[in-house]
Amino acid sequence: MDPARPLGPAQIDAVAQLGVSTILLGGIYALIAVGLTLIFGIMRVVNFAHGEFLMLGMYLAFWSFTLWRVDPYFVLVVAIPLFFVVGLVTYVLVMKGVITASHNVQIFTTFGLSILLQNVALVAWSGDFRFVRPWHLSVALRIGGTTFNLSQVVAFVIAVVLTVALVAFMKWTHTGRVMRATAQDRDAATLMGIDTDRVYRLTFAIGIAAVGAAGVLVAPLYSVYPTAGLQFVLLSYVVVVLGGLGDMAGALIGSLIVAAVEVAGSYVFGIAWKEIFYFLLFILVLVFRPAGLFGQRGSETLGA
Amino acid sequence: MLRLEGVDAFYGDLQALFGVSFEVRDKEIVALVGANAAGKTTSIRVVSGLVAPRGGHVLFDGADLASVPAHRRVELGIVQVPEGRRLFPFMTVRENLLLGAHTERARAEKERTLQYVLALFPVLGERAGQLAGSLSGGEQQMCAIGRALMARPRLLMLDEPTLGLAPVLVGRIFETVRTINADGVTILLVEQNVRQALTLAHRACVLESGRLVLSGPARELLGDERLKRAYLGL
Repeated sequence: MDPARPLGPAQIDAVAQLGVSTILLGGIYALIAVGLTLIFGIMRVVNFAHGEFLMLGMYLAFWSFTLWRVDPYFVLVVAIPLFFVVGLVTYVLVMKGVITASHNVQIFTTFGLSILLQNVALVAWSGDFRFVRPWHLSVALRIGGTTFNLSQVVAFVIAVVLTVALVAFMKWTHTGRVMRATAQDRDAATLMGIDTDRVYRLTFAIGIAAVGAAGVLVAPLYSVYPTAGLQFVLLSYVVVVLGGLGDMAGALIGSLIVAAVEVAGSYVFGIAWKEIFYFLLFILVLVFRPAGLFGQRGSETLGA
Repeated sequence: MLRLEGVDAFYGDLQALFGVSFEVRDKEIVALVGANAAGKTTSIRVVSGLVAPRGGHVLFDGADLASVPAHRRVELGIVQVPEGRRLFPFMTVRENLLLGAHTERARAEKERTLQYVLALFPVLGERAGQLAGSLSGGEQQMCAIGRALMARPRLLMLDEPTLGLAPVLVGRIFETVRTINADGVTILLVEQNVRQALTLAHRACVLESGRLVLSGPARELLGDERLKRAYLGL
């Protein structure tokens, strides 16, 4: 189902509805993209397997709900530490070996990881489309001339809280400073006594925890299947480029722009067209503002 | 405090140090001088752990550093101010300084050390909120030294701290190094301003093409005509 579509038969104020849908969608996109931009910003690695960790989050929500009737929002409490550990393990087993390798090697590595995870999911859980239908999905809220369901609102609120917490963590904590310093000059960071390998491990784990949490949050809103991550990861690249590579605050704004383009494009031309519009936007940005809409400082800044 | 024994170091297949041995004693200022590509920077990087020697030993307080990774050496008190300052350009001066106090030992005394650094370089206090990349060369060097001091070094290694600075600033930096040393920090200084470095230092080591060719009290070296002609271009 498409959250951009009005849910009830009520009289809808089209413009207000589009605005609300944009914001609700943008918040969730932000949480997906922020992990990608964090990992890129600090480690200089584009994680092509990012969408697959989202997919794993969706399956975690699906199975918890189906087997034990656990609401996705409670699954989140387990999902965040669980995906943090998954991130740590993935870093040690896969990423550590290629962190100083060429970009080509890194691309093949994360792309290979992506295909591996998709196929593991396919073998383990089949290619069927699965659905998570918690009670709050059918609670419609009407405010002014707009309508949306409770799941969207809760997912949005949690996504925004997590995203803002992450941005604040990067900006104001000592560990956040340490991570940014490592991104800006690895050798200089080492000379300050910073264990840069530990920083990379932590960065990857945080990025995966964020996208895993996003997967759990979006599970009730989209169907769950082995390649479910693809649609999100493609738009995350658009978000990250719009916001400036490695710029987490930029990713927030980029998410809203992508969501607005998607929502308005689907409304005017139909859902089938939505991707055309944000990839058009993507190409325009790459041609005219390759450092991102707000970036003059290049990709080194990372929330500086 | 620090002793190098027959250190061989390579960059790929290129040998940069050939059996280099020298010593830095507690509370000393030792200058490492020589022409370009003589191995001065490499010597420092071997001590800080950024370059692993293929032969020989680096001893600190008598303990071999071979198995101690670079970031752990900072905890022991070995701190390097790298050539070209290498500040974190997109972070403020204050953030750069605070990052210096990363080790547990340094973090405990962060506020006190910060007061010390700001007293040493008042301009860093005025520029605290500015991005480090926007500072002038001299201010950047002060920030780099200040950041290193935040780590509470016992051995401070400075790599070309006056490179590209106006003469008036060169004097200030040397002045500061003397002050830091007087406050109890041992100094290993790589400098291309040979005359000033030898005036400041207690002892000096002269490197040529990766080999140690001379070492001794700085004042004696400064008076040695043969040395001046052969190695120092004075």
